[in-house]
Amino acid sequence: MTLGFTLAYLTLIVLIPLAGLVWRSASLGWGGMWHVATDPRTLNALKISFGTSLVAALINVVFGVIVAWVLVRYRFPGRRIIDAIVDLPFALPTAVAGIALTALYSKNGWIGRWLDPLGIKVAFTPVGITIALIFIGLPFVVRTVQPVMEEIRKEVEEAAATLGATRFQTITRVLLPGLTPAILTGFALAFARAVGEYGSVIFIAGNLPYISEIAPLLIVIRLEEFDYTGATAIAAIMLIISFTMLFVINLIQAWSRRRYGYAT
Amino acid sequence: MRHELPQSPEPASKSWHPATTESRTARFVLIGVALAFLGLFLLLPLISVFFEAFRKGPAAYLAVFADHDALAAIRLTLLVAAIAVPLNLVFGVVAAWTIAKFEFKGKAFLTTLIDLPFSVSPVISGLVYVLLFSTHSALGPWLKSQGIEILFAVPGIVLATVFVTFPFVARELIPLMQEQGTTDEEAALSLGANGWQTFWHVTLPNIKWGLLYGVLLCNARAMGEFGAVSVVSGHIRGLTNTMPLQVEILYNEFNSVAAFAVASLLALLALVTLVLKTLLELRYGAELAANGGH
Repeated sequence: MTLGFTLAYLTLIVLIPLAGLVWRSASLGWGGMWHVATDPRTLNALKISFGTSLVAALINVVFGVIVAWVLVRYRFPGRRIIDAIVDLPFALPTAVAGIALTALYSKNGWIGRWLDPLGIKVAFTPVGITIALIFIGLPFVVRTVQPVMEEIRKEVEEAAATLGATRFQTITRVLLPGLTPAILTGFALAFARAVGEYGSVIFIAGNLPYISEIAPLLIVIRLEEFDYTGATAIAAIMLIISFTMLFVINLIQAWSRRRYGYAT
Repeated sequence: MRHELPQSPEPASKSWHPATTESRTARFVLIGVALAFLGLFLLLPLISVFFEAFRKGPAAYLAVFADHDALAAIRLTLLVAAIAVPLNLVFGVVAAWTIAKFEFKGKAFLTTLIDLPFSVSPVISGLVYVLLFSTHSALGPWLKSQGIEILFAVPGIVLATVFVTFPFVARELIPLMQEQGTTDEEAALSLGANGWQTFWHVTLPNIKWGLLYGVLLCNARAMGEFGAVSVVSGHIRGLTNTMPLQVEILYNEFNSVAAFAVASLLALLALVTLVLKTLLELRYGAELAANGGH
C-alpha cells in the first residue's frame, strides 16, 4: 500500500510532467532539435552555460578541497561556525544570492570598486556568471570530500612518512589519489547544479544575447514568447548533454575507485 | 623514533612537527586561504544583503513592509510552504518507509527517480508544468472549460514547489531507516501492535530528528525557490508573486532598498535554518549519522 502511494505520488508529480517534456521533444524529431541546437543564439547560450559551469566547478574543486582539509585536520577558533557557513548556499534563496553578488561586484560595489580601476569587469560578464556559480557549487564539493577525509586512517600517512616520503609527497601521492573518487563526485554535483542554475545568475549576468545569456534564461525567454517548442528543444538538449557528462563522470569515478579508492 | 624521520633532522628545533601534519607555516597559509575564500564568496554576500537593506535607515526598511504587494508576497510564500512541506513530509516518510523496510524490484530505479529533481534545472522543472497545463497542451482546453486555473495561479506555484522540494525529506530518511533495519518493528508487531501503532510508537521516535532535519531543508528551499516558480507564476503583482519573485521585481525597478529588505527576510530564514541545522547536528549527530552530502 505504501509502495502504491509512493508510486502514485511520483507518477503524478514527476513522471507525467517529464513524460510531457519527452513527448514534446520526440514530436520535434532530430531534425527539429538540430535546427534549434544550431541556432547561433542557442549555441552561444549553451557554450556560456557549460563553459562557466566547468570553470566554476574546477575552482570549487581546488578551494573546496582546501576548505574540507582545513575543517577536518586543523583546530582553530570559530571552526564550527565556519563549518556551518559552508552550507549557506544550500539555505540562502538563489535570488537573494544573485542580487547580493551583483551589488558587491557592480562598479560601485564593495568589491567592484577595487576591480573597476584595474579594468576588470565582473558584473554583467561571464566572469560574474562564474562567480555566482562558484557560490552555489562550493558546498557540494566540501560536503562530498569532507566525510571521506575524516575516514582516512592515520596509519597510511605514518607508513608513507616512515618510508621516507616528504609531507608534500604523502599528500600528493598517497592522500589525494584516495580522495579522487569523492572529489570527482563533488565536481560532478557542483557542475550539474551550475549548468541548471538560474536565480543567482540572471542578476549578475546582464543577460546580453551571445555574450552573457545562459541556457536556462533562453528557455524562459522562449516561454515568454510562447515558443514552447523552442523552449522544449533547449531543455531537451541541456538534459541530454548533462546526463551524458554525468554518465562519463560516473564511469571515470568507477574506474578511479577501483584504481585508487579507499576500501571503506 | 622521531630522529629517524628524514624531514625532522633536529627534533628539538622549533620547526619540528609530527610527520602526519604540515608545518606551522603551511597550516597558517591553508587556514588563511580557506577563510579568505569563504569570507569573500559566502560571508560578504550575506553581510551585504543586510547592509543594502538598511542603507537608508531603519525607517525606510520598515516602510517596505507596509506595501500591499510585499505583504501579499510574504503571505503567498507562507501559504505555498504550508502546503508543499506537509505534502512532501508525508510523501518522504512513506517513500523512505517503502524503500528502507521492504524488498521489491526496481528499488534502485525508484531511488533515482526521487533524486531526479536535484539534477534537473529549476527552469526545466517549471517548464514541464507549463507544457502540461498550457492552453496548447492536451489538458489545457479541458481545464479551461472547467474553469480550473493552474498555470499562472497558486496551484501551479504549489506544484512546482512540491516538485523541486520533494527529495529533501525522503533522502534524509532513506539511509537512516535502512541503517536502523526492521528489528524494532518486528518486535513491536510480534508483541501485538498493529501497523499504525508500530509506526507511531516505534518507527517515528527513531527517525524524528532526521525527519526534522529533512523538513528544515525542505522548508528553506520551498520558501526560497525561484527558477521553477518564476516560470509558472506569470508574475501577477499581489496575486502570484512569492517573496523571491517580489525581490526580482523590486530589484529590476531599481528599488534597491525594498528588494534587499524583502531579501533580508529570506536571508534571515536561511540563517535560522543553518543555526537549527547545526544544533541538530551537534546534539543528535549520531542519530543523523547516516546522512551524507546533499
